[in-house]
Amino acid sequence: MTLSTFYFLVQQTMFYSIPLLIVAIGGMYSERSGVVNIALEGTMIIGAFVSLFFMNQMQATMSGQSLLILSMLVAVGTGMLLSFFHAYASINFKANQVISGTALNLFAPAFAIFTARMLNGVQQVTFLNTYRITEVPLLSKIPILGDLLFKNTYITTYVGFVILAIATIVLYKTRFGLRLRACGEHPQAADSAGINVRKMRYIGVLISGALAGLGGLVLMVPVTTAFDGQVGGYGFLALAVLIFGQWRPGRILFAAFFFGLMKTISAAYTGIPFLLSLGIPSYLFKMTPYLATIIILTFTSKKSAAPKAAGEPYDPGKR
Amino acid sequence: MNISKLLNNRSFKSVSASIIVILLGLMVGYLILLISNPRQATDGFIIILKGGFNGGLRGVGNMLHNSMPIILTGLSVGFAFKTGLFNIGASGQFILGAFAAIYIGVRWTFIPIEFLWIVALFGSIVAGALWGAISGILKAYRNVNEVITSIMLNYIGMYLVNFLVVNTVFDLTRNQSISPIRAYLPRAGMNILFPFSSVNVGFIIAVVVAILMYIILEKTTFGFELKAVGYNREASRYAGINEKKSIILSMMIAGALAGLGGGLLYLSSTGKHIEVVDILASEGFNGIPVALLGLSNPLGIIFAGLFVGHMNMGGFYMQRLRFVPEVIDIMIAIIIYFSALSLAFKSFIETMARKLRGKTL
Repeated sequence: MTLSTFYFLVQQTMFYSIPLLIVAIGGMYSERSGVVNIALEGTMIIGAFVSLFFMNQMQATMSGQSLLILSMLVAVGTGMLLSFFHAYASINFKANQVISGTALNLFAPAFAIFTARMLNGVQQVTFLNTYRITEVPLLSKIPILGDLLFKNTYITTYVGFVILAIATIVLYKTRFGLRLRACGEHPQAADSAGINVRKMRYIGVLISGALAGLGGLVLMVPVTTAFDGQVGGYGFLALAVLIFGQWRPGRILFAAFFFGLMKTISAAYTGIPFLLSLGIPSYLFKMTPYLATIIILTFTSKKSAAPKAAGEPYDPGKR
Repeated sequence: MNISKLLNNRSFKSVSASIIVILLGLMVGYLILLISNPRQATDGFIIILKGGFNGGLRGVGNMLHNSMPIILTGLSVGFAFKTGLFNIGASGQFILGAFAAIYIGVRWTFIPIEFLWIVALFGSIVAGALWGAISGILKAYRNVNEVITSIMLNYIGMYLVNFLVVNTVFDLTRNQSISPIRAYLPRAGMNILFPFSSVNVGFIIAVVVAILMYIILEKTTFGFELKAVGYNREASRYAGINEKKSIILSMMIAGALAGLGGGLLYLSSTGKHIEVVDILASEGFNGIPVALLGLSNPLGIIFAGLFVGHMNMGGFYMQRLRFVPEVIDIMIAIIIYFSALSLAFKSFIETMARKLRGKTL
């Protein structure tokens, strides 16, 4: 394998891994606060749809990084708006979180396709990709690392790493993080220590919505220029990455990159002479990421670190 | 039965709550139509309400046929819910069942033609059950979250079936599976009741299976044990239930139901083939809302499946007025959301009522 194929693989891996990382970190905030958010898929769709529609409308007057950043803010806002409904049902109404999440997963793609066809006549939302950074000045000159991280990239990649860093600090080094985790482990105890469980859970769910919405946009920008009202199951995969990552930022990073790398190999193996020479059917390559995840989980799941109260509505009478 | 008794009846309460929730969802749907095209909104809404009836008996027959696979995947998801598992993998189980049925229907020419469709359906049940069993075994013995394994198995199943189709029952010119003509399901008189429609014996089988599942869950010790493990794994083990076996059996039954759905749909003589594309079978995911609308009760799921099928037919006919059929999914989503709220609301009222009663005593 030549060095340039290696660089290409890493750059491709980023496109798959970063959105998974962002969305799984979002799911982590929600589950750590005690609310399971299976609506990540729907939230990604709605975030991608509204922000790309915004891009589509604005690209006549704007372009480049400033438009991308604005669109990212739109995606964050849209995701939060949708996840508010999940928070309202699960926290105020103590509703079944799977039911509420499924409703949103059903709503989001239908809404995206309906609105796109009613407004534009076609299902696809198209946009111009003016966001690719061929070379980051100075940093791309660093040997090896420059080629890996600072060429043919998008600012979204760096945003992903920043989100990861913030999540690690917030979760383990701040009072807020401690309180959030307490609400997901033992909300009754947290409540008796004076923590507002409802407020913490609202924050957790809204952050998950913000990041899932953003993740939808981040997934779409590098790989396509026409959004079709779906994100190909990435929201569910992010859920899997979250569990695979044992609800911890560091391990989520590992899980997201493991899955992204597998996915890249399965998509690009024809460009790697060694893998091509093995003569394995293409279907087997396509299965690899999913198969590998199951195999790894088989050997690592005996002790699950799931937040104990995740999925259960908070009942103050249950001390 | 006097009125106060009726109001206290549990099933009356849930049925009336469901009706209110459905009316709310319909109202929101009407609002969406009004916003998007005020002039034709009312006509469009009437088409939705009429559903399959827009097409007369043929439309009703097609509606029943469209309900058949989602009743079965709904049963699959609902059965797993009842036993404390979330089977998000109905899609993979469904497509494996479909492949097994097509393979047997096309290749097992040694079986007499009268029995071939029955053997093929058994094949679909076995294939679905085996695919479901993987999640069950990993959950029972290795504590792997069944949600993840079944998501992963959806993709693995899709690629596996594409691979198997290409290598065993492939129609190269159309890039899809060969039609299992010899194993097409009998019409069982449904074509006389609903002339020119797609409905066949599959719908009858779906209803019979739903009733069977109801009996198993509600009237047998076996069903009770499966549900008990769902409520509390530790307590069930203490009570002498083999909880590992129960989890595996639950997932196998859920998988078998979804697999049967795949078999029935792809053995119908309606030109449905497995296309070799990288897209998950949507019928599996559509089972989730059906199960939720039916409150995971097998009999409720029959009606929920019919309701969703009815609405989808309405969406189909609504395209005449250039409305986008996705409005139906929006309405179903809203109905499910409100039903989540109403369930919570109901249990809240019941707790309050119990507390009040406690005080007066």
